[in-house]
Amino acid sequence: MNSTKPPASGLPKLKAKSDCSPIEPTEMDQNGYESGDGGTQYNFAWLDEQTKRMLRRALLKAVAIPGYQVPFGGREMPLPYGWGTGGMQVTAAVIGADDILKVIDQGADDTTNAVSIRRFFVRTTGVATTASTHVATLVQTRHRIPETALQNHQIIVYQVPIPEPLRFIEPSESETRKMHGLQEYGVMHVKLYEDISRFGHIATAYAYPVKVNERYVMDPSPIPKFDNPKLHQSPALQLFGAGREKRLYALPPYTDVQSLDFEDHPFAVQQWQQNCQICGSEDSFLDEVVIDDKGGRMFICSDTDYCRHRSGTETLVGSDFAAAVTRTNSKTTTGPNNNNAEPG
Amino acid sequence: MAQHIMFVAEVAQEKPLLQVRQLSKSYGVNKACYDISFDLYEGEVLGIVGESGSGKTTLLRLLCAGLQADTGSIVYRSEAADPVEICGLNEAKRRQLLRSEWGYVQQNPRNGLRMGVSAGANIGERLMAVGARHYGNIRDQASTWLDQVEIDRQRIDDAPQYFSGGMQQRLQIARNLVTQPRLILMDEPTGGLDVSVQARLLDMLRGLVSQLRLSAIVVTHDLAVARLLSHRLLVMYRGTVVEQGLTDQVLDDPQHPYSQLLVSSVLSP
Repeated sequence: MNSTKPPASGLPKLKAKSDCSPIEPTEMDQNGYESGDGGTQYNFAWLDEQTKRMLRRALLKAVAIPGYQVPFGGREMPLPYGWGTGGMQVTAAVIGADDILKVIDQGADDTTNAVSIRRFFVRTTGVATTASTHVATLVQTRHRIPETALQNHQIIVYQVPIPEPLRFIEPSESETRKMHGLQEYGVMHVKLYEDISRFGHIATAYAYPVKVNERYVMDPSPIPKFDNPKLHQSPALQLFGAGREKRLYALPPYTDVQSLDFEDHPFAVQQWQQNCQICGSEDSFLDEVVIDDKGGRMFICSDTDYCRHRSGTETLVGSDFAAAVTRTNSKTTTGPNNNNAEPG
Repeated sequence: MAQHIMFVAEVAQEKPLLQVRQLSKSYGVNKACYDISFDLYEGEVLGIVGESGSGKTTLLRLLCAGLQADTGSIVYRSEAADPVEICGLNEAKRRQLLRSEWGYVQQNPRNGLRMGVSAGANIGERLMAVGARHYGNIRDQASTWLDQVEIDRQRIDDAPQYFSGGMQQRLQIARNLVTQPRLILMDEPTGGLDVSVQARLLDMLRGLVSQLRLSAIVVTHDLAVARLLSHRLLVMYRGTVVEQGLTDQVLDDPQHPYSQLLVSSVLSP
């Protein structure tokens, strides 16, 4: 499959053999991508080059029309729908060999989803990984935006289960597209109205609808509404991928993002009585963790990297993290050594 | 009847709110509507009667441009702007018109309501669609409209799926009237309701129409409904208008053989 080979100068260790060859764990484990003797059986970042081009074209369109859902030809990923297949395809389309990848799931770097997606990209691209938000150039996330403010050289990729914010009220896809086209967004407020009439306040706590660039209403993926203000005028490029629904959308850097609300019930983020019991943070999103069966519980930062950084405990950065991953997987992985490679 | 005649004489001076000319629509070789022309004046209720399959509903859907007419024109004299040709209107403008100056009451309230959200939100939806963003005001208006259509205010947070059929229909009417439309299209508004509920609904509708000076087009196969609600009547038969005139005139002295048949078919208890 010559046509799908990455540029000859890059990735000498990659054999672009087949786009969908089955995983061969034995060979993978013996000749991991980084081990320097033959590499994996996969194309760079697993997807074939044509697919990545298709994704990039869709992403360009998404960036050009902030908040607009662009359909794309979703591929089968070696992971079930709902585990981040959309985000992974977007990441695969934008990742380059010199990227430093951070993957989080509910703010944590060490939960199942984050670990498996990180390992996937380490295997198929050999990029460096990190837990540190300010070191990463590319962040794939499920359900959180890191507490550390993102910079303008960074890209954050969101995993999206249901991209259509109007789905709650309008089940027909052709109708919702028409509603987006004609900016008929009154029904979004019906949802918020229902919240207030039932609970006395806007009880939507995650996937809180936003209006982008004063045009499209967008579902910001199931991030807590605590993170909504971080979407607004973010210097980082924000990309959203929904694998099952085969839609992607984007927020270019410095885009206006406004959370919907009522004049007499303005948008407000969650607040806690407690501070983080590990790092003492007063301003981060807290998880309530049950610690015993006697009613004991503690509140800790959901963003593990932020918490570690603040509390001064071990912060796993770059190759340290790769080493840590390696230790848990009991195999040898070192930092990247092919930084000259073109992105796939 | 005398009242009706005076009323018609009064409005005849004005320009019609809706002017329909030579409207036709075919489904293949079937002419669902053929060469239909009529005027509707402000504050007037026009009844359309006819048997099943005579083209009543098709006509109504042509009027609200849910269907594209084959030929003909519909001119609507809107409040602010110049008269608009409905057939040539783009979809954005048409939908805008339909949720602000027009209303459409479906025969089955399940099609016209959002069954899963509360009655208050159902009424408030059109307000929010035209830009209302103050929860308290929306709720106040919803309560007022519940009073207007004789639904207990206490039910404002109940979903219409827990309402009776008559209440659902009244809620649908409130939902349509909340933005104070000028023209309301009703497709068999009393269909499927028992007679005592029908009577209350008709009573309420008659009150609202005169109070708000609404224009309405009511499609029905029930001549009693037509007699009670409408000032003028259009009799449709096989896609064409065979007779039109003042309601009492048409019903008491039908000229066309089909109208005569229709009137003589009514059972009286």
